[in-house]
Amino acid sequence: MGRPVAIVGSGQTRHGRRFDVSYPELVKEAVDAVFENTGISPQDIDGVVSGTMPSMMEGVALTHFYFADVLRSVGKPILKTETCGSTGVSLAITGYYWIASGLADLVLVVGSEKMNEGDSQATMTTVVEPFYQRYFIAGAPGVFSMQCQEWSNRFGIPEDKVREAATRITIDHHNDAFDNPYAHIKKRLTPDEVNNARIITYPIRLWDVCPNSDGACAMLFASEKMAKKLGLKSAWVKGVGYSGEEYWFGDSEKAIWQCAIDAARQAYDMAGIKNPRKELDVAEVYNPFTYQEMLYYECFGFCGFGEACDLVLQGVFSREGELPCDPSGGTLCTNPIGATGLNRVAEAALQVTGQAGAHQIPGAKLGLAHAMGGVDQFNGVMILGSE
Amino acid sequence: MQKDYNTLENIIRLPHKYAAGPIFTRFYDGLRAGKILGSTCPNCKKVLVPARSFCPQCHANLDEFVEVAQEGEVVSWAYSDKEFFGSPGKPPFITALIRLDGTGCNFLHLLGGDGLNTLENVQAKVKKGTRVKVVWNEDKIGRMLDIKYFEPVS
Ligand SMILES: [Zn+2]
Repeated sequence: MGRPVAIVGSGQTRHGRRFDVSYPELVKEAVDAVFENTGISPQDIDGVVSGTMPSMMEGVALTHFYFADVLRSVGKPILKTETCGSTGVSLAITGYYWIASGLADLVLVVGSEKMNEGDSQATMTTVVEPFYQRYFIAGAPGVFSMQCQEWSNRFGIPEDKVREAATRITIDHHNDAFDNPYAHIKKRLTPDEVNNARIITYPIRLWDVCPNSDGACAMLFASEKMAKKLGLKSAWVKGVGYSGEEYWFGDSEKAIWQCAIDAARQAYDMAGIKNPRKELDVAEVYNPFTYQEMLYYECFGFCGFGEACDLVLQGVFSREGELPCDPSGGTLCTNPIGATGLNRVAEAALQVTGQAGAHQIPGAKLGLAHAMGGVDQFNGVMILGSE
Repeated sequence: MQKDYNTLENIIRLPHKYAAGPIFTRFYDGLRAGKILGSTCPNCKKVLVPARSFCPQCHANLDEFVEVAQEGEVVSWAYSDKEFFGSPGKPPFITALIRLDGTGCNFLHLLGGDGLNTLENVQAKVKKGTRVKVVWNEDKIGRMLDIKYFEPVS
């Protein structure tokens, strides 16, 4: 175990189609926000961690060099972390390692994506090699459709029940997004609208899928000594977990999804969590697709396998439920991929420090943040506490 | 409404020559000859397909090829009727994981034929466990799409 690590602040941009600013200007918005929100001076940071999904998304390979000025990194060490969809949580874990190791006292961590500038679906094809998978994995929806089917078959969940629960999730999250000033898509949806929306890849329909968002998120990670000196409301990193599986999609099971189970278990063990549904007050689960959110509930031990649909329909994971999940609206409403996982961490930190505003879960003290990367290949989890 | 400023259009086109290595070269040669080649792990005894140079679970080196069955069962599928960048032909596309008989992993490819041209037909004809068999393209060039698709066994 390393030294204790605190998150002393965050800054998010407005998300959406951000053709009003260039990519570095977008990143600057988040960086300026975190310094403004905390009153910390950029010259006090010891180093910078930055990352995007695949750099191919915006056609600039070394984004951390491109952003050197806006990241306030001139004269300081800079690292890049890039793990596809899980980049944001990996960025947070990188910042955590740096502070926990004792080699830095204050680190700026920044995730960003400008998905609307390129062709995000075409970019997805470059995530995989050209020999085998690139022919068939031309974007995320197909992969998640197959995973959803594997899951509902494995546990014998009727298709109409899965649909009903997914519909509940998307309606709830799009409502929740109204209370999150940074959310991209805010919409009051009706069940009919969701159930009859156009098919993206069956069984996934339009409102089951996250949007293409432009946005950035910046956070400051600090040592205990630094956090005390700063005297800011701080979230403390109680546990981290990251786990992956074989590269080829067909090599491992995705219903009882080992890397998701293991990432959560690592983080729970470190945080001393035995019963996550009881002990956690809030969870920011990476939910680019409605169906996948339910699969995570099961893999993270929020409920037993095959139970998530019933519990969703009972409201267990909604805002007023036993374990509120994605009160920010989550990835489903806002997905600037390289920033998305960091948004989950930032949201969990806002929750456990009582700073989440209109979507605050009253009294939240222990939160989970999560992101997934690759062709259902890697999962990362971070647990944050109020002390 | 916010003001939109100028945008600059730029296309990056980068040629690559990817080395397939001995195993994928042989696997592609197999496809050209109408065979699907896998590898058997001497340690865990799993038959892995496509063939590979080592077992991803036990890290045993694999250098022997086995021809695997051209029939198997559907594990899961996804249906899309939109053409997209890099799509393997004309829509609709039914991507599927298929467990070829006797193998120990799922093979990723397409479903087709037998009236599988609408979502309704796919829903009616394809379930988990539906038996499917390979349909080859007439012109085989030693690439993944030498297999046209897998169609339900009637
Ligand atoms: Zn083996």
